[in-house]
Amino acid sequence: MTRIRHSVLWYDRFFRYVFVASAALVSLIILAVVFFVARQGFLTFTVVSPWEFLFTTNWNPPANYGAFTFIFGSFAVTVLAICFGGPLGLAGAIFLAKVAPEWVRESLRPATDLFVGIPSVVYGWIGLTVFVPFVREHVNGAGFGLLVAGIILGIMILPTVISVSEDSLRAVSPALEEASYGLGATRWQTLSRVVLPAAAPGLVTAVILGMARAIGEAMAVQMVIGNSPQFPRSLVTPTATLTSEIVLEMGNTPFGSTWNNALFFMAFTLLVLSLAMILVVRLVVRHRGATP
Amino acid sequence: MGRLVAERLTAAEEAIRIKMEVQGLSVHYGNTPALSNVNLAVKANHVTALIGPSGCGKTTFLRTLNRMNDLIEGVRVTGRVLLDGEDIYRPGTDVVALRKRVGMVFQRPNPFPMSIYDNVAFGPRIHGLRDRRRLNEIVEKALRDAALWDEVKDRLRSSALGLSGGQQQRLCIARLLAVEPEVVLMDEPTSALDPISMLKIEELIQDLKATYTIVIVTHNMQQAARVSDSTAFFLSGELVEYGPTDVIFTRPRDRRTEDYITGRFG
Repeated sequence: MTRIRHSVLWYDRFFRYVFVASAALVSLIILAVVFFVARQGFLTFTVVSPWEFLFTTNWNPPANYGAFTFIFGSFAVTVLAICFGGPLGLAGAIFLAKVAPEWVRESLRPATDLFVGIPSVVYGWIGLTVFVPFVREHVNGAGFGLLVAGIILGIMILPTVISVSEDSLRAVSPALEEASYGLGATRWQTLSRVVLPAAAPGLVTAVILGMARAIGEAMAVQMVIGNSPQFPRSLVTPTATLTSEIVLEMGNTPFGSTWNNALFFMAFTLLVLSLAMILVVRLVVRHRGATP
Repeated sequence: MGRLVAERLTAAEEAIRIKMEVQGLSVHYGNTPALSNVNLAVKANHVTALIGPSGCGKTTFLRTLNRMNDLIEGVRVTGRVLLDGEDIYRPGTDVVALRKRVGMVFQRPNPFPMSIYDNVAFGPRIHGLRDRRRLNEIVEKALRDAALWDEVKDRLRSSALGLSGGQQQRLCIARLLAVEPEVVLMDEPTSALDPISMLKIEELIQDLKATYTIVIVTHNMQQAARVSDSTAFFLSGELVEYGPTDVIFTRPRDRRTEDYITGRFG
């Protein structure tokens, strides 16, 4: 009897150590990455003034390091992506969760999940061969630029937005819907006044996760943005984002040079932005937990 | 002659006092029958109790009275359900308008995650009322009618989810009264509540029947005996017996009713 007890305890303790060690290792790796990127990045400012880096647009290394164009570009494509993908994704989620009959839902849901598995280079390629020429001919300009990047990212974030918001819509208690119908509310009134408000924290989470995906995307953006380090005069002039510029230039700069450090600081900026978004998500989710 | 007229009048009176009449009602979930050939007349300003073991079809029956079953996929309803003489299953029936006239209180309190005031004002608002003063009046009256006003009048703007279970259920009743339905359907409204809250709701039901017609599903025999005027006993999707509550509980005609009421099964 005691022997069994002892062996159970031994296993218990052993696996406890294994788990603690794995957790510690994971945290250590993440912290190391953040530390490394930050350290390299901040070395930029031994040569370049933070003001020049963050608020001017003249990117002409090794003479000028104005990275505002890229910061603005990343923000702009993210906002555009949300403008295109947000409403579409929400509408799709509402359709899947509340309108579509069971068999439509059963076949569409795996299809949206499949979206996630499409490599970003494929999206970029489609953007390059379909959207860029289309915009060039039917809208204006070179075709390369924020507009096409925003559209492509909008499509890319759809699965994230759809699946997270559909889950939160379906998590709304059917009892609330019945209560609403039982008071003589129409389907639309029930949706807009009961279901959507109750699912709001989840919908916000969906949009923020979509933003995080959009701001971090490099390959597809790099293929359609035009890769010109100039501040965009319109939605259809070539420009660049933090990610596309890093992809473009990282191979040409020697490690330790100011130019290379500047790229690291751009990476650090991205990292901070993504982290900020994830923190916002957690706050929103915790808020939901507090007031169900 | 005079007596004949008097008898006719009573007959006419009786006819008027029928609020809802169910004729040959059968309900199937897919191919599974849930109710077969039910005939029952709900009297106006009466409390009608539906009793029977779990799965006997009493909740299904209740939900056919305001077409709540429409929300469930694969439900087939045959027969007629008349509300003031009009068939609510006739094609072209305005289900939304129907549910405004025949409202429902559910087994578990289900207040919306908003303030107490907004919960009660929800119904009037979706039916187009915007006038602030009128809304205030309606909310106060509904909460008074639901015997909740004195407990919540100082915190109308705080969340309804902060109320106790019994208060939440009375809030749900107030929310329903605010749309001034004619018939109130209650699906085991006290089964999730403590005994004191239960008694409060039972008292409330007694007060409400002056204005409303009430149909209540209950698992609690004493409750049916206490609150109802008529009782219907369901078993395996069939209406076994229906009559005045005191008759059902003291001299049931059917052996199965007697067995159920005396606790021999169920």
